[in-house]
Amino acid sequence: MVYLTRLEHFNAAHKLYNPKWSPEKNEAVFGECANDNWHGHNFNLYITVKGEVNADTGFLMDVKKLKVLILQYVIEPLDHKNLNLDVPFLKDKMCSTENLAIAIWGELKPHLPENVFLHCVKIFETPRICVEYFGN
Amino acid sequence: MNEKVAVFRKEHFNAAHRLNNPNWTEEKNQSVFGKCNNPNYHGHNYELVVKLVGIANEETGYLMDMKELSTLIKKEVLEKFDHKNLNLDVAEFKNLNPTAENISKVIYQILRNYVNKELQLQIRLYETERNFVEYPA
Repeated sequence: MVYLTRLEHFNAAHKLYNPKWSPEKNEAVFGECANDNWHGHNFNLYITVKGEVNADTGFLMDVKKLKVLILQYVIEPLDHKNLNLDVPFLKDKMCSTENLAIAIWGELKPHLPENVFLHCVKIFETPRICVEYFGN
Repeated sequence: MNEKVAVFRKEHFNAAHRLNNPNWTEEKNQSVFGKCNNPNYHGHNYELVVKLVGIANEETGYLMDMKELSTLIKKEVLEKFDHKNLNLDVAEFKNLNPTAENISKVIYQILRNYVNKELQLQIRLYETERNFVEYPA
């Protein structure tokens, strides 16, 4: 078993706001992240896949193909977007980095080749804040 | 002998913005600013480096007390910019496109009012890890 990681990046606006709560409760829980007019981040995304090395190629998978899958299914819908308003797979979800990692897992997993398994979705929201999701 | 020294203070903030010229058509905005023109905004983690150059005070050995510089940047810049929408929440960008170039000029103008006039001031602003500007050049 080997693990292969590809780093991509995107930037986006978002806010943390629960529409079921009062503005006061949102402010109390989410603080400045609840700013009605949004704020934003440069997100760094690490996608790790795992599996066995193919004897003929020496590859777990062609990393160029992994890049194309990440760009098509993850970066294209997210980059330079408003996560709350513009992204179909985040509709009606709280746009925390935790939920973003779980949603990216769901978008990417169905498109991986046979015998290549998604291991980890890791997102740095800032250089100091990071979330990992392993699918369970 | 050149006695000048430079000191640097790094800070960071994050914000939403969009690039748009209201005097242009939507087509022209889209053509020039592309995805940065998204009407729903996008955002960045900005890294700010404030550079001061001058001659250190003989009695303290300091160009400027870095704690005071840190407090000044937090109070006058970060409190206005951090977790904000630059277009909507920051008065200086009401009629000014919040490009990295213009943000660095605005930060310079804010801080210039407070930093000792005998010290040179320069702003370096990273919009992403790969895109950054300096003002004055």
